Amino acid sequence: MIQTFFNVEIIAAAWPIVLSGLLNTVLLSLIVVPLGLFGGLILALLASVKSPWVRWPLMAWVDFFRAFPPLVLLILLFAGLPFAGLELGGFACVAIAFFLNTGSYYGEIFRAGIESVPQGQVEAGRSTGLSRLQAMGYIVLPQAVRNVLPDLLSNTLEVVKLTSLGSVVAVPELLYQARQAQSLTYNPTPIVVAAVIYFLMLWPLVRLLSRLENRALAGRR
Amino acid sequence: MTPQPIVDARAIHKHFGALHVLKGVDLKVAERELVFVIGPSGSGKSTLLRCLNRLEEPSSGSIVVDGIDMLDPRTDINHARQRIGMVFQSFNLYPHMTALGNVTLALRKVAGKSRAEADALGHAALERVGLADRAEHTPGQLSGGQQQRVAIARSIALEPRVMLFDEPTSALDPELVGSVLAVMRSLRESGMTMIVVSHEMGFARNAADRVVFMDDGLIVEQGPPAAIFETPAHERTRAFIGQIQRH
Ligand SMILES: Nc1ncnc2c1ncn2[C@@H]1O[C@H](COP(=O)(O)OP(=O)(O)OP(=O)(O)O)[C@@H](O)[C@H]1O
Ligand SMILES: [Mg+2]
Repeated sequence: MIQTFFNVEIIAAAWPIVLSGLLNTVLLSLIVVPLGLFGGLILALLASVKSPWVRWPLMAWVDFFRAFPPLVLLILLFAGLPFAGLELGGFACVAIAFFLNTGSYYGEIFRAGIESVPQGQVEAGRSTGLSRLQAMGYIVLPQAVRNVLPDLLSNTLEVVKLTSLGSVVAVPELLYQARQAQSLTYNPTPIVVAAVIYFLMLWPLVRLLSRLENRALAGRR
Repeated sequence: MTPQPIVDARAIHKHFGALHVLKGVDLKVAERELVFVIGPSGSGKSTLLRCLNRLEEPSSGSIVVDGIDMLDPRTDINHARQRIGMVFQSFNLYPHMTALGNVTLALRKVAGKSRAEADALGHAALERVGLADRAEHTPGQLSGGQQQRVAIARSIALEPRVMLFDEPTSALDPELVGSVLAVMRSLRESGMTMIVVSHEMGFARNAADRVVFMDDGLIVEQGPPAAIFETPAHERTRAFIGQIQRH
């Protein structure tokens, strides 16, 4: 049994492959998460513009990419873009698909955070001469982010998990590499190793999230 | 010759959709004057104050503060607002900053002071409201009265020419009201021009130069405190004063 699922020799043989996958997963996360946060912030800031010319397209954008399954979006980009004369490769497709999908989620979280800050805060700032943008940056956003920190972290967890979708378009991230190793060794051990790595990587985030959530609950009492 | 008023608002109208909230208000305030505004709930007192620094956009009329046309689209409103301090009923301190941080934000970001300069001015402002030793406290660590005094310090640090107070003591426990009124009194003694919306009739009697009674979006009558409180000319004023004095 142990020989099948946790074979030490196979771990040793597969390790370099799995490790390169891990690095790619980390790299992918480090690209996709900041990109999504940035895109989300822009979306949330645009959402505070009252003009219907901004509001409606924005809402359509966010709704569309939240309703669209990220895997379908990814495959569509990967398979469809070459026909539009754009050969981007798997990595770029994952980055774009996740930016569109997760940016919309982050955007909604930031928006909820911004709306949780009382209007009087902005008025106090503006009455001292701060511009709209300064009031947003110095007064509203710091409070907004603090108010939705658990949601931001929780979404980040989802994003990191979703990077495994990259395996579908041959991005050599952790899951993809583990499957390569599995097919080379005819043994499921590399998949088990990948699963353990995913868990070890995400578990501290999950713990942190629990603590944040408990603190938020305690703060509300 | 009467001196140029420092606040000169004329024929101010304000509509919120179909609701006509200000129906042609004229208000002139002289330099160093303390004008006290009273009136029933919903009469438009807050809206009037908020029009003066354009937190609310008047539907029509003209407003000149310290020689600046507040409604001229070419006016740099952020620059103009530095000269008009505003104190809110709910303090509106920034909860994520210390008292000093609250006071110095606009000094640094609007008035363009360096951090050292801003800190020095901020400490001086906190000293004036009796909170020199609370500079590093966050709003959550301060009593309501202390928070409101920090809010006053945040305004006076910018050396405004006029201060607007919208029910500055209404959210305070009775025993904390005195400390805020004391700061307002000392501000008045230092020559600050002030427009105060409040129900503190005692303060009005001994600190106000003029009392303005508003009802239903209009100034019904105005005059020295004794005249308005003792011998109001209008029935509506009489009824309102009788009502609040019964409390
Ligand atoms: N942003 C707004 N949108 C719609 N209506 C408003 C708005 N602000 C104020 N009003 C309405 O305008 C009227 C005057 O309000 P305002 O706050 O100026 O009264 P007030 O004299 O300050 O009353 P109070 O003593 O209760 O503070 C009220 O009927 C109020 O509901
Ligand atoms: Mg009011």
